[in-house]
Amino acid sequence: MTRARIHASRPAAEQLLSDAELRRLAEAVFRASDADETEVHIDVVSDALTRFANNSIHQNVAEQNLTVSVRTVYDGRTARATTNRTDADSLRQVVNASASLARSQPKNPRLLPMPGPQKYARVHRFVGRTAQASPADRARAVRGVCELAAKRDQTAAGIFTTGAMQFAMANSRGLFAAYRQTRAEFSVTMLESDSSGWAKANSPDVSALEPLALAVRASEKAERSRQPHELLPGRYTVILEPAAVLDLVGFLFYDFAATAIRDQRSCFNRRMGKRVLGRNITIWDDVTHPLQTGAPFDGEGIPRQKVLLVDRGIPENLVYSRAAAKEMRKRPTGHGFALPNEYGEASMNLVFAGGKSSVDEMIASTDRGLLVTRLWYIREVDPYEKVLTGMTRDGTFLIENGRIAGGIRNFRFNQSVLEMLSNVEALGPAVRAAGEEAFEMVVPPMKVRDFRFTEVTKF
Amino acid sequence: MWDLSSCALSTARLRGATYADARVMDVRHRDVSTKNGEVGTVAESVSYGIGIRVIANGAWGFAATDRLTRAGIQACAAQAVAIAKASALTKRADVVMAPEQPFVDSWQSPFLKDPFEIPIESQLDLLLSADAEMRRVKGVTLAETGMSFRKLDVWFASSIGSRIHQRKVSSGCGIVATSFRGSEIQKRSYPSSFGGQHALQGYELVESLEIVRHAPRVAEEAVALHGAAQCPESTGTIILDGSQLGLQIHESIGHPIELDRVLGQEANFAGMSFLTLEKLGKLRYGSEIVNVVADARLEHGPGLGTFAYDDEGVSAQCTDIIKDGLFTGYLSNRETAAAIGLARSSGTMRAESWNRLPIIRMTNISILPGQWSPGDLVADTDDGIWMETNRSWSIDDRRYHFQFSTEIGWEIKGGKKTRMLKNPSYSGITTEFWNSCDAICSRKHWTLWGTPNCGKGQPQQTMGTGHGAAPARFRNVKIGSAFSEL
Repeated sequence: MTRARIHASRPAAEQLLSDAELRRLAEAVFRASDADETEVHIDVVSDALTRFANNSIHQNVAEQNLTVSVRTVYDGRTARATTNRTDADSLRQVVNASASLARSQPKNPRLLPMPGPQKYARVHRFVGRTAQASPADRARAVRGVCELAAKRDQTAAGIFTTGAMQFAMANSRGLFAAYRQTRAEFSVTMLESDSSGWAKANSPDVSALEPLALAVRASEKAERSRQPHELLPGRYTVILEPAAVLDLVGFLFYDFAATAIRDQRSCFNRRMGKRVLGRNITIWDDVTHPLQTGAPFDGEGIPRQKVLLVDRGIPENLVYSRAAAKEMRKRPTGHGFALPNEYGEASMNLVFAGGKSSVDEMIASTDRGLLVTRLWYIREVDPYEKVLTGMTRDGTFLIENGRIAGGIRNFRFNQSVLEMLSNVEALGPAVRAAGEEAFEMVVPPMKVRDFRFTEVTKF
Repeated sequence: MWDLSSCALSTARLRGATYADARVMDVRHRDVSTKNGEVGTVAESVSYGIGIRVIANGAWGFAATDRLTRAGIQACAAQAVAIAKASALTKRADVVMAPEQPFVDSWQSPFLKDPFEIPIESQLDLLLSADAEMRRVKGVTLAETGMSFRKLDVWFASSIGSRIHQRKVSSGCGIVATSFRGSEIQKRSYPSSFGGQHALQGYELVESLEIVRHAPRVAEEAVALHGAAQCPESTGTIILDGSQLGLQIHESIGHPIELDRVLGQEANFAGMSFLTLEKLGKLRYGSEIVNVVADARLEHGPGLGTFAYDDEGVSAQCTDIIKDGLFTGYLSNRETAAAIGLARSSGTMRAESWNRLPIIRMTNISILPGQWSPGDLVADTDDGIWMETNRSWSIDDRRYHFQFSTEIGWEIKGGKKTRMLKNPSYSGITTEFWNSCDAICSRKHWTLWGTPNCGKGQPQQTMGTGHGAAPARFRNVKIGSAFSEL
């Protein structure tokens, strides 16, 4: 089948397929398959990223790709094969590859029949102006940021990315689901000789990003953290900006999976229904939240449900794939990964309940503590107590008597996320946060007591 | 394939590019895994496309497409040039590259057994056997096994006249036993974490690992860790096994020597480096027994960083990184080599796939072997801890301060391995740590470990790197701070 794709140099929006084209592609796969059941996933990506450092663009890239992924089922056996070639021969080959892999394995008595047609929530996350953004548009924004840096004797580094993606799935039982979304992201680090500041935002709508305002914020952080002082390691009250909160709590995303509980590798094993977090912590998974992104269906084609995961400090509910739900006598929540896989499902759209304290109010209420902009290289040290280690980065400040007293050298932390979420003294409004370690979620800034910093670095 | 790349190069030139290169790639993957006696993933993928990199108006542009028709490639090349011209809007100076000669060559990595020709049934049988052996041990709550294979064809052409075809086959395999008891999750992996061992080899790598034979020990150790003593907090002597030393090299030598980091090009994401230019040839990086090379040549071994040419058309090289403890070399590309006055790139440009821009990546960053045997090393240690198999790893964004923890440790007292220790961790400052190295085991105990999951760049790229290492001893190291009482 010849792909109904247009010109590679045209904007991202024009790289995506219509529902009719998606259906035709899926039907071509079904025609080539003699399996008991056949499922098709179609992913289209049209992304561009402009990268700058030392106050100029040094990397500037764009890509277009379309993949077709086929899962076949033969007598309780299933496997997946994927290709990015869509001519008739290639589609036949990918179907045959999937069939060959499926037939070569033992029968899985727990494999469920594919689901039939479903109804999905409507979400609108495709913004035309993001899909239309050009290299020149991004370069002009970057030029403004670089000029600001030069004017302030600073050095700017960062990215500006825009693009569109599409995900569709169909199966031989009549299920069809299609989703398209745009994505824009701007991230900037402003550097001085002994300090740095950082800011980042993303949105489906490129006009919501304000690159220059982000650069000003990063620049001010770099300026305020000059000549950093070294503090002794210890437990400190910290005010974590949303990016820092995100990159820590993001590590919980798989702990709410029913399969992780069954496999006894979740930190919530033996803790469900018990108050293990503070009363001020409530967490949902909600793909339809206005600050969230993502498709309203999962990798199995099941509608994503809003799930109350933690209610005032008590983990109450999990997310379930179809197989996990059947095994645990629950209803699937629409959080399953594409089959076959060994992980089951995950909560991909965490939304934390926020509070009313602004970061400025948190600072003003702190006699002695630290303000943390961003964290870096976070890794799990203890999976059950959920102890994470990592570093502060790009704007770490000492707070004294309700004011920022100056920059400090970066700390290493070894901190249990469960303990942290039991020690939250104040919460700000929840925002769509963008970090580097976790995918975007809706989280508030937090003031946390007794945060555990174990060592300090040289800058 | 050469007609496709020629089309890309001629279109780029017509559109105003002063330099262009094109990589057509055909990438095939297979992943097979099991969990607790059941098949987990069985999947294959193929991906085929072209990445076109150009200089126009003195600035870089890159575009990639899966549409490998003449029209698709022409459009992609035109897009790359348009992007380069947009880059020039912020240009401070024209891109300058160190000179390089054109190569016309074809190369294939050696392997004995094509992993894609091995029936899935055989691969699953082997994994399920190892899985069963682990679950036979009481207390194992999760048994996981996996294999992954990659076959890659790359046709590189550049406007200086290079035409290089490379075919690379790599394999990986590993097993993990996890045990949850009380309030503790412990695990053991074999032969290493991150999915085991990975190398530029065929299925013979999988067979050589003997995973079924090792499965009972792995499982027993995972369970036994619950009853082991907590690794004490102290400052003292540690001996790292080869796989952990490989990761230590990766994080605290491999990344800081990347010249793009040093020059600030990664400042927003991966970070920068403490190895600023004035330190080259002057910094005492390690003790006199520490010798480290970046070696992409096949004679170094079948590592994940082994190739004949990098993705910029520069031939594979061996660069001294640390010689007798002195810092002597960076990883460079043609642009950064020119920026610091080097005559030639060290040949380290690598791209994850056709749709990604080549960037400076580690090749095989290896410590050269010493003279010791592990037995003699333990016998020579009065008081220390043997640490084995990485569990977590973290280092700051200039690669100074690190903390690692391993899956298992053993106390060494009076020259003998004594009790098992759980939750071992150590931390330090990079140069202080490497200067405290006083013994490295010999070639016989040296392995070229594969790290398949190194992330860098924006959009992020995952790359495999190689790290030759043997067990080594370090003195006056901070131990146990990850679990310290504060």
